[in-house]
Amino acid sequence: MITNRPVHLRKNYDVVISGGGPAGMAAALGAKEAGAEKILMVDREKEAGGILWQCIHNGFGLHHFKEELTGPEYAQRYLEQVIEHEIDILTDTYLYDIDREKNIKLMSGEHGINLIDSKSVILAMGARERTRGAVRIPGSRPAGVLTAGLAQKFVNMKGYLPGRKVVILGSGDIGLIMARRLVLEGVDVVGVFEIMPHVNGLSRNVVQCLHDFDIPLHLSTTVARIHGNERVERITVAPVDETMQPILSKSWDIECDTLLLSIGLIPENELSRRINLRFDPVTTGPIVNSSMETSIDGVFACGNVVHIHDLVDFVSQESLLAGRGAGEFITDSRNPADNIRLIPGDNVAYCLPHTISTDREHTIYMRVRKPMEKCTIQFGDVYGRKLAYVYPAEMVTIKMRPKLLQDFHGDFLRVNVVPR
Amino acid sequence: MGQHETYDVTIVGGGVIGCAIARELTRYDLKTALIEKQCEVGFGTSKSNSGIIHAGHHSSSDTLKGPLEWAGNQLWTQLHQELDFGFERVGELMVAWHPEQLETLKHYKEQGEARGVSGLEIWERDRLFKEEPNLNPDIFAALFAPTAGVVNPYEVCFSLIDSARQNGLDLYVSSQVENLSQIDNSWLIKTANKELKTRYVINAAGLHADTIAEMAGLKTYAIKPRKGEEYMLDGRLKGIVKRIIFPCPSGVSKGVLVIPTFNGTIMVGPTAQNIEDKEDLSTSMEGSSTIFSQVKQVVPGINERDCIAEFAGLRAVADGEDFIIGPSAKKGFINVAGIQSPGLTAAPAIAIKVTNILSDEGLLLNPNENFEPTVPKRVIFANLKTEEQIELAAKDPRYSHICCRCEEITEGEVVEAIHMGAETLDGIKFRTRAGMGRCQGGFCTWRCMELISRELDIPITEVTKRGGNSWIICEHDLEPKSGDKP
Repeated sequence: MITNRPVHLRKNYDVVISGGGPAGMAAALGAKEAGAEKILMVDREKEAGGILWQCIHNGFGLHHFKEELTGPEYAQRYLEQVIEHEIDILTDTYLYDIDREKNIKLMSGEHGINLIDSKSVILAMGARERTRGAVRIPGSRPAGVLTAGLAQKFVNMKGYLPGRKVVILGSGDIGLIMARRLVLEGVDVVGVFEIMPHVNGLSRNVVQCLHDFDIPLHLSTTVARIHGNERVERITVAPVDETMQPILSKSWDIECDTLLLSIGLIPENELSRRINLRFDPVTTGPIVNSSMETSIDGVFACGNVVHIHDLVDFVSQESLLAGRGAGEFITDSRNPADNIRLIPGDNVAYCLPHTISTDREHTIYMRVRKPMEKCTIQFGDVYGRKLAYVYPAEMVTIKMRPKLLQDFHGDFLRVNVVPR
Repeated sequence: MGQHETYDVTIVGGGVIGCAIARELTRYDLKTALIEKQCEVGFGTSKSNSGIIHAGHHSSSDTLKGPLEWAGNQLWTQLHQELDFGFERVGELMVAWHPEQLETLKHYKEQGEARGVSGLEIWERDRLFKEEPNLNPDIFAALFAPTAGVVNPYEVCFSLIDSARQNGLDLYVSSQVENLSQIDNSWLIKTANKELKTRYVINAAGLHADTIAEMAGLKTYAIKPRKGEEYMLDGRLKGIVKRIIFPCPSGVSKGVLVIPTFNGTIMVGPTAQNIEDKEDLSTSMEGSSTIFSQVKQVVPGINERDCIAEFAGLRAVADGEDFIIGPSAKKGFINVAGIQSPGLTAAPAIAIKVTNILSDEGLLLNPNENFEPTVPKRVIFANLKTEEQIELAAKDPRYSHICCRCEEITEGEVVEAIHMGAETLDGIKFRTRAGMGRCQGGFCTWRCMELISRELDIPITEVTKRGGNSWIICEHDLEPKSGDKP
């Protein structure tokens, strides 16, 4: 176990980071790089690194490190840098409360309850999984209905199986990864069922996790009922019509003891709500500027708190900016304010950051609403970029160079994805 | 023989009614027992109850329900002071959409006032929207009843049974009654692993009261299940209504309600569907769409997307819809059956009524000199002031470990719940709220499993959701099973 625990907690910090996962670690490094000195990264688990520890599969770091790493390897590389930079890590600690003046209440296994304050705060709490209630699956409520991430923790961290015969609802990446993982553990994985007509995870996961292991994928099909009083005994699955309602006349039953849910992630913003940040109704995360600063001065947010990412590399990239932003806030060396708002238009669910500036390069992250082939992403009439295909599960990233905007004098850009 | 325990009174069924009777009887110098088939009390119909203490004006005066509803309502204040459960008289509003429904509101107002229900007021639009700005602006008027309250029904069961046990009750959980027989002036009750001898049997077996009565040789009534589905919404909707919102009544149930639960979470429901299967606790698409379409009418800010959990409960409905409370043709066998709404409200009054029936039936009631009406206060960490939290955590580090982050439940509270009898994840959930929040156990499941395993000294694979075959995890089958060996 790698930790860098402070010998004693300070009363005041330059930057306090809530969450020591990939977002928190990259933000810590960014803050240090930009000149912040007293940095504290808080994590509720016994070691920092977040969800990466249970992601023992490979495929991490292709963009950032230009090599293929496992989740724990990726975590380790960052954690080593955080320790090298003498950033304080406080694990087994829960950031219990915060107010708009950045007074913080910590609950720590080792230090008890502590009240501290910080000049700047970075929200990096990640996301939680959507549960059965979110999609209101009819039927009984037996044991054996759980999220794919919890099953991943049972298998990869604790060495137990969530069941012996498993059906997976939802084709999110965690579900696809777990389908393969459970087959490797000798579990009978009956199939992956997805209510949408398209997959919700990355194409590479469909190939490497389902096709390579002969796990059936049923699109436009959902779980219509759960059976069993104590433990799951059976589930009913059914194809859905155009309004997403199950066609019960075409349903069939599957005997199984477990139903895994991979039906999406929700940004974890309970702390952010306590300080009344402004939120984006689509991402459900805070509204941020190009330094990842929220609607409160000195409060930054990054990673899955802001929007759900499909690759950790982009989390790190974005979180580095948040960390730098916090560091620049401390050292009074902030960039000039943003002067252009980005507005999602045709077939754009959201784009981030919510504002950019004309003075420097920005990376814009966006998601489309529906799949489209041979299309163009238009930023107002200043810039267009051709893409072979887009689909909702894969985030689109675009570099916006300052010279593209040098002749632009408006205060907003509408972003459209249109067929060519 | 003669090995079995002998009791004055044995209650069959540990729902809120059985628990309330149990606790009431421990005021007297009696040897009492309660037998429950589930692994904990309150795990049947009671845990799915809407948790409303009705104002006292709902039920008609020519039923048993009417007077018991109001008598029960008044007893909750003292019960709440003595026992450690959450209770608040948040008040209720019965809303009318049309001027014609004003007559209905007036009828309920008069029905309540005739019985002594205080504070009933008809609110016209100005007052109504000032108090409840998130109601549909098309609502015409409402009947306000300040005496209505909310409780967590499972918490009430735990508090009642903790108090009863502290005052001498013997509790047998995971004990289903298999046979009842009358010997001399006593009853012999057989479960899978126990035999009890008792002078009086109180049949508070809820949905299965008819089966128990039949075992006693009585075929006088049938209990039919009527299903109610409920949907729990995300905590961020807290405060969208401050009072319980009832539609103007029509038909068999009280309609679909918007309930600000004791913890502030909004719950919507229930449906009312007569079914046959007494084990069928399934929710349905029809139930969900009925509830949300009706609720969205009343409070437009509520949406099915805010749902975090759903469940169903089965009301125990007797023929004729009224309560069945009283002695039977079999001496010493007393029925407390068909207790549907407002059964929770009436529970403390029913307990007193049953005690009086026992007295009429010849049971001598001498006061229990050692009766202690209060139970020790539980720690609810999230409700403490910061200074109190700091002090507690310094004294006992288990209170500085968060176990459930959504509801902010500490390890200390979970361990306390285990010591009070919680042996399953549901047991912990209903005693502490751990696992009840928006992540529905995604974070705390493993932590709670570890604590159960540690405190009860059982392998982690033996931890269940709620007893029986509700296992959570299993081992790899690495070794061939013993039967496979040559």
